[in-house]
Amino acid sequence: MTRLFQSNDQTLRRMCYLTIKEMANISEDVIIVTSSLTKDMTGKEDVYRGPAIRALCRITDTTMLQAIERYMKQAIVDKVPSVSSSALVSSLHMVRMSYDVVKRWVNEAQEAASSDNIMVQYHALGLLYHLRKNDRLAVSKMLNKFTKSGLKSPFAYCMLIRIASRLLEETEGGHDSPLFDFIESCLRNKHEMVVYEAASAIVHMPNCTARELAPAVSVLQLFCSSPKAALRYAAVRTLNKVAMKHPSAVTACNLDLENLITDSNRSIATLAITTLLKTGSESSVDRLMKQISSFVSEISDEFKVVVVQAISALCQKYPRKHSVMMNFLSNMLRDDGGFEYKRAIVDCIISIIEENPESKETGLAHLCEFIEDCEHTVLATKILHLLGREGPRTPSPSKYIRFIFNRVVLESEAVRAAAVSALAKFGAQNDDLLPSVLVLMQRCMMDSDDEVRDRATFYMNVLQQKQKALNAAYIFNGLSVSVPGLEKSLHQYTLEPSEKPFDMKTVPLATTTVSEQKTELAPVASSKLPEKLAPSRQDIYQEQLAAIPEFQGLGPLFKSSEPVQLTEAETEYVVRCIKHTFASHMVFQFDCTNTLNDQLLQKVVVQMEPSEAYEIVQYVPAASLPYSQPGSCYSLVRLPEDDPTAVSCTFSCTMKYLVRDCDPNTGEPDDDGYDDEYVLEDLEVTVADHIQKVLKPNFAAAWEEVGDEFEKEETFALASVRTLEEAVNNIVSFLGMQPCERSDKVPENKNSHILFLAGVFRGGHDVLVRSRLALADGVTMQVTVRSGEETAVDVILASVG
Amino acid sequence: AEVSCTFATDFEPSLYTVKAVLILDNDGNRLLSKYYDTELYPSIKEQKNFEKSVFNKSHKADNEIAFLEGLTIVYKSSVDLFFYVVGSAQENELMLMMVLNCLFDTLSQILRKNVEKRYLLDNLDGVYLVVDEIIDGGIILESDPQQVIQKVNYRVDENPLSEQSVAQVLQSAKEQIKWSILK
Repeated sequence: MTRLFQSNDQTLRRMCYLTIKEMANISEDVIIVTSSLTKDMTGKEDVYRGPAIRALCRITDTTMLQAIERYMKQAIVDKVPSVSSSALVSSLHMVRMSYDVVKRWVNEAQEAASSDNIMVQYHALGLLYHLRKNDRLAVSKMLNKFTKSGLKSPFAYCMLIRIASRLLEETEGGHDSPLFDFIESCLRNKHEMVVYEAASAIVHMPNCTARELAPAVSVLQLFCSSPKAALRYAAVRTLNKVAMKHPSAVTACNLDLENLITDSNRSIATLAITTLLKTGSESSVDRLMKQISSFVSEISDEFKVVVVQAISALCQKYPRKHSVMMNFLSNMLRDDGGFEYKRAIVDCIISIIEENPESKETGLAHLCEFIEDCEHTVLATKILHLLGREGPRTPSPSKYIRFIFNRVVLESEAVRAAAVSALAKFGAQNDDLLPSVLVLMQRCMMDSDDEVRDRATFYMNVLQQKQKALNAAYIFNGLSVSVPGLEKSLHQYTLEPSEKPFDMKTVPLATTTVSEQKTELAPVASSKLPEKLAPSRQDIYQEQLAAIPEFQGLGPLFKSSEPVQLTEAETEYVVRCIKHTFASHMVFQFDCTNTLNDQLLQKVVVQMEPSEAYEIVQYVPAASLPYSQPGSCYSLVRLPEDDPTAVSCTFSCTMKYLVRDCDPNTGEPDDDGYDDEYVLEDLEVTVADHIQKVLKPNFAAAWEEVGDEFEKEETFALASVRTLEEAVNNIVSFLGMQPCERSDKVPENKNSHILFLAGVFRGGHDVLVRSRLALADGVTMQVTVRSGEETAVDVILASVG
Repeated sequence: AEVSCTFATDFEPSLYTVKAVLILDNDGNRLLSKYYDTELYPSIKEQKNFEKSVFNKSHKADNEIAFLEGLTIVYKSSVDLFFYVVGSAQENELMLMMVLNCLFDTLSQILRKNVEKRYLLDNLDGVYLVVDEIIDGGIILESDPQQVIQKVNYRVDENPLSEQSVAQVLQSAKEQIKWSILK
């Protein structure tokens, strides 16, 4: 390599630099060329100096860097712009490796920033920012200076805008600060790039009022009609973002956006459509739907999904337009498209059906038509399950039976099995259909697939008993326990032969899944990882607790609560608590983090003082808590036996530990320590900690199943509550039970409402609550509770009272 | 010693704006590709997959700008070549366009307006130098085509070797050796 340096051919020399840079990561011997590069860097030929600097810095390490420090400093302030730029850019690359060394060149960088060359200004600014970014005051002063001195470089302006908006965000500065004024003034810069950067920055600022957005939006509106596709794209993309938070601010641009629907660039067209869908008024929905249908066939699947999601949001906004949208969606279903696309449409239709009872029959009809010719098993089974759930309740359920039974005849095994389950639900719900269903079921018992035959036989037997309770347990409301938990319990049972039959109540329940809210609709990168079946949180805790010897013999874990913070943010010790409920005990898990780097905590325990009859059995300490490594300590508490209804309790908590001071740099602790304590916030245990939510898809059936043996009823007046909604929310969160049949949604303008809640009480018994609410002068509530166990009923009524 | 470009988290002001530059032919094969963000597609396989997706999306409609896999891509085509500049989804699209235009205009001048595959391949060393002068490690180094041309100072091979006969090549080789000994 050094030989090649002897040639005088410029191109060859330059190629040498490139090769050195490429080889920097591979070769260890590159230091040989260091002297040649240093010579070139300080030589007379300007053409070589810049590239030589860049190549040299690519292969330099910290010690070498100090050797050439002098040359670097000279290069940064060199009059030749390419040399200065190269030095500045290389310094930036090296900041990560040798921050302390590069920091010494701040003055040179500052001098370079006053250069006339637009690229040197940009690079100097970038380097200065990176060197100072942890010092907010320095950044602020720097910004002040540069915004006043009037740089020429459009790149530098863009960088300044970014720094300014970042600073505004960090300091939560008001929008009357000079920083905001600066950004706003950039909207009038003569360079389009700067104008766009400013508009984009304003739009992304949190807490922007419509008035502040207006100039940015009008700039973007102008860009929409630019001949340059990149500008139109940038404008539409940004307007799309504005429309998410401030749809009214964008309505002025609706006309321009509509023009863009026919843009030759499909990305622009799609973004225009989705923006219009967010800002459109109810009256424009029909027109929009027509425009979309003409254009949807031409765009790629990725974008089709985005459009469907936008339509879904629109459906929620204007529920009265459901018939128009339903028509449109069913047309889209009939067209060609990939799995993701069809799934998005099916999900959209299902959500319309769920939100809007009027649309149910049309929606179900469209879906039936779809499954007649659907190649995606997942979608067909999903729709069949939906039909099974909703179909029996429609005025004329018999028409769905034909569709379902056709699936049994024609489709693949998984679909046939789903169809059999759906048929069973019809038979269980509608007595007049029962004979026909039994006949069909008989035919299914001859199926070639064993899953189908098993299901058919099972359902036949249940249905033939003609008992509502059985129907409820086995057909309507399926397995509510967690499957891994069931597996473990069964295994345990087989290992210890016993006279008693297996008790389902000992199996921990499956925690109900929380449906995710999709808020951001911009197209995102498709995830590369396949979805793996992760063990549920509960299963993880079960394993962790089972590993602690003191907790053997507590039985299965019934419920684990969400973490409760017992310290405020930014305190010396951060502690949060998770409450684990067992059959007759509770374990409190305290996750503690020590945020002081000059202390080591040992033998950490959280001492608890209960307010009621709870009994502290023992503490399991965390052995040691070094700086910023979380650890856990536990407290085992027995539940009060003499008064089973006393489920609520308040514990005052104090963290007690042994402190050893240590050296912040090395982490070495002193030899001796001293005891200390730290008071935490009080911890509440409420009735909700003793109940696990369980969704019963068919509440009425479950009500019948539990029976009225232990039914009790009481009426309460909720004096401080003004609206039915507030009452419903309070009850749901207080009891910690699952609302069923969508009864947590109170229809508007109604004075009375019935709330259905379901759960399982500690010990494994179902608990059902039917609460009739009436709004007169304040809210009165008549609560009826049913359970298989009297204690549970008493507990609920006692806690509500 | 290793130097890695720190493509910072979203919305952090940074000079690192370009994630990759690609030049593909009209079958989608790569002629030149530089990935500045080393965490983006670390292996050759991933890079090639990315290039394939990008090519599929762009070669049918000449639309300047596209969005793919969470990245903004600006592109331009000429005869049988496709040029791409890749940035993050939050990047200023106009900035990326400036880079693309600078690259294209510079190459246009250097290759005497024949921006096509064969000519590009014959002068690939010059093309590498041009790219190196425009972007260094993900930072935009220069945006004015005239400046780039001056710095690169590359003279296109008037008589590329492939067009000459064997005798001519031997002759020119002899000349060059003679001159280098005499220097």
